[in-house]
Amino acid sequence: MSAPAILTTPPQERRRPALAPVLVLVVLAGAVAWLWSSGMAEEILTYSDDISYLAVQHLELVAWAGGLAILTAVPVGIVLSRPAFRAISEAAMQVFNIGSTVPTLAILALSMTLLGIGTVPAVFGLWAATLLPIVRNTYAGLRAVPPHLVEAATGMGMTPRQVLWRVELPNALFVIFGGIRTALAICVGSAPLVFLIGAGGLGELIFTGIALDELPMMMAGAIPTALIAVLVDFVFGQIQYHLVPRGINPLR
Amino acid sequence: MIRLENLTKHFGPAHNPFVAVDNVNLDLPTGEICVLLGPSGCGKTTTMKMINRLIQPTSGKVFIDGKDTGTVDAIELRRSIGYVIQQIGLFPNKTIEENICVVPDLLGWDRRKSRMRAKELLELVGLQPDLFLKRYPKELSGGQQQRVGVLRALAADPPVMLMDEPFGAIDPINREVIQEEFLKMQKTIRKTIIFVSHDLDEAVKMADRIAIFRGGKLEQYATPDDLLARPANSFIEDFLGSDRALKRLRLIPVRNAMQTDFITVQNSDSVESALERMRSSGSAAAFVLDAEGVPQSLLSAQVAGARSGAVADHAEPVKGAVPVSGDLRHAVSLMFAHDMPLLPCVDEGGRLAGVMSYRSIVHNLGHGETA
Ligand SMILES: Nc1ncnc2c1ncn2[C@@H]1O[C@H](COP(=O)(O)OP(=O)(O)O)[C@@H](O)[C@H]1O
Ligand SMILES: [Mg+2]
Repeated sequence: MSAPAILTTPPQERRRPALAPVLVLVVLAGAVAWLWSSGMAEEILTYSDDISYLAVQHLELVAWAGGLAILTAVPVGIVLSRPAFRAISEAAMQVFNIGSTVPTLAILALSMTLLGIGTVPAVFGLWAATLLPIVRNTYAGLRAVPPHLVEAATGMGMTPRQVLWRVELPNALFVIFGGIRTALAICVGSAPLVFLIGAGGLGELIFTGIALDELPMMMAGAIPTALIAVLVDFVFGQIQYHLVPRGINPLR
Repeated sequence: MIRLENLTKHFGPAHNPFVAVDNVNLDLPTGEICVLLGPSGCGKTTTMKMINRLIQPTSGKVFIDGKDTGTVDAIELRRSIGYVIQQIGLFPNKTIEENICVVPDLLGWDRRKSRMRAKELLELVGLQPDLFLKRYPKELSGGQQQRVGVLRALAADPPVMLMDEPFGAIDPINREVIQEEFLKMQKTIRKTIIFVSHDLDEAVKMADRIAIFRGGKLEQYATPDDLLARPANSFIEDFLGSDRALKRLRLIPVRNAMQTDFITVQNSDSVESALERMRSSGSAAAFVLDAEGVPQSLLSAQVAGARSGAVADHAEPVKGAVPVSGDLRHAVSLMFAHDMPLLPCVDEGGRLAGVMSYRSIVHNLGHGETA
């Protein structure tokens, strides 16, 4: 588990000249230039109606699955980190870790056999695939809170609930957000697959494009998918940056 | 007032328990500092944590101001007791202001009142509020964090404080400074304090009473001077070390140890007449004072016996003087530094108030010692 280690990384090390974004921009600009000059862009844009309809559908699927995953995984991580569950928590985390090696496609197939086709099994499958990193980071983040902080809080007269909300969760927040961002990246990236169980989304353009050997059609699905992934990560990166207090935020 | 009554803590299985604290009885008057002292693992922290019920006693009781703490709600009890831990334990997600206001906030104080209090407290230890209130713990030095840790415990003005090796995490020089600072503060706030330490020097400096522990048992409970003068058994004697008499130097005020039957002479007096007066009064030296009464030079009986002429020709200049408010350690240090077997003791105005000699020091250290 490398995530908690982020907590201890001195901030100055993470403020090296930002080469990566510059590189991304250069590559992006090159790609856009190529798309325009080759006439590919025009062909892709003939799908603009499909793109906007399917992108919204795609985002809705991701929002449902991701939202439900956050709402369930964080509490599960919290419960597993409580002293009462210490005895089973490591075993449970092992099960989760093994679970996370199951390919998303297999999870979706299982989901379909259980729930049939359509939006519900799609959201369920994506939810299941998204859950694990959040549980893992919530658990690890809470376990990494120094015990003496909990002791100080208890000794000053906080109730267990106050200790959790005022001390443990804030101090684990950065790591929890790391898990959420990883999970959402998985969720957005796996979302095209749900077309295969009849839930639509940008996967429709991608898989149909592949089947028909239509490169522009496939690109019409792949490029928005990638942009959504970048956008979602950017938004949650911003939330992480501003929500995690400066005292424990290695990014600022 | 804090009273521990047959306080006992067992860890582990009931049929084969590990006895961490063994039937401890102890009384601490209001406004005093009791240092729990002893080697690592002797049960100091466990004893302390049974007072705010972070650890539930196996048997025995803790009374605060006559009230059995076992009958009070644990959460409420802890909010009424200041708590400082060795790791300082400032919450890194909270600003200094929020850290100091933790207990006032738990108690539901008016926000304006608690923030005002945080400001006052920072000023008390010389940390500028406008500079520090909005900082996070990681933006403070170790010594500053330690001070804030103590302020946080004081925020709601609890009558009782528990401090577990509170100054253990900082370098020795800063530790001395913070100890002094805290003692000065304690003079006005007069908290009843249980203070855990494994450092004898710290204990002697901070304590009104010292409780020495070994293997969960309270071996001796006495004032620092009493402890150093009369260790109850050979374990304590070993623990205090072979230089325990020297450690008492700090505890004895110059005022109590100096001789006040000194004599004064004029520069123009003859050595013979000065010697005569010293012999008849039994003092070891005569001082020449200026118009204000500040000692200028001294003539010892030894020198006077071997010379003749005027005092002015034979008196040695006074190279140092110890204030009567100081302690014997200070006096001895000056005697060594200036090679003065006889040291004048002066009041706030620098006027001669008494004389300190090796003899009077030895006499005072020996005083009270069981042969
Ligand atoms: N929760 C615990 N379970 C078992 N043993 C403990 C526990 N807490 C402390 N002890 C043991 O009790 C003894 C006293 O511990 P402590 O009070 O922390 O000593 P110290 O004097 O160093 O503060 C030690 O031997 C320690 O190992
Ligand atoms: Mg201890």
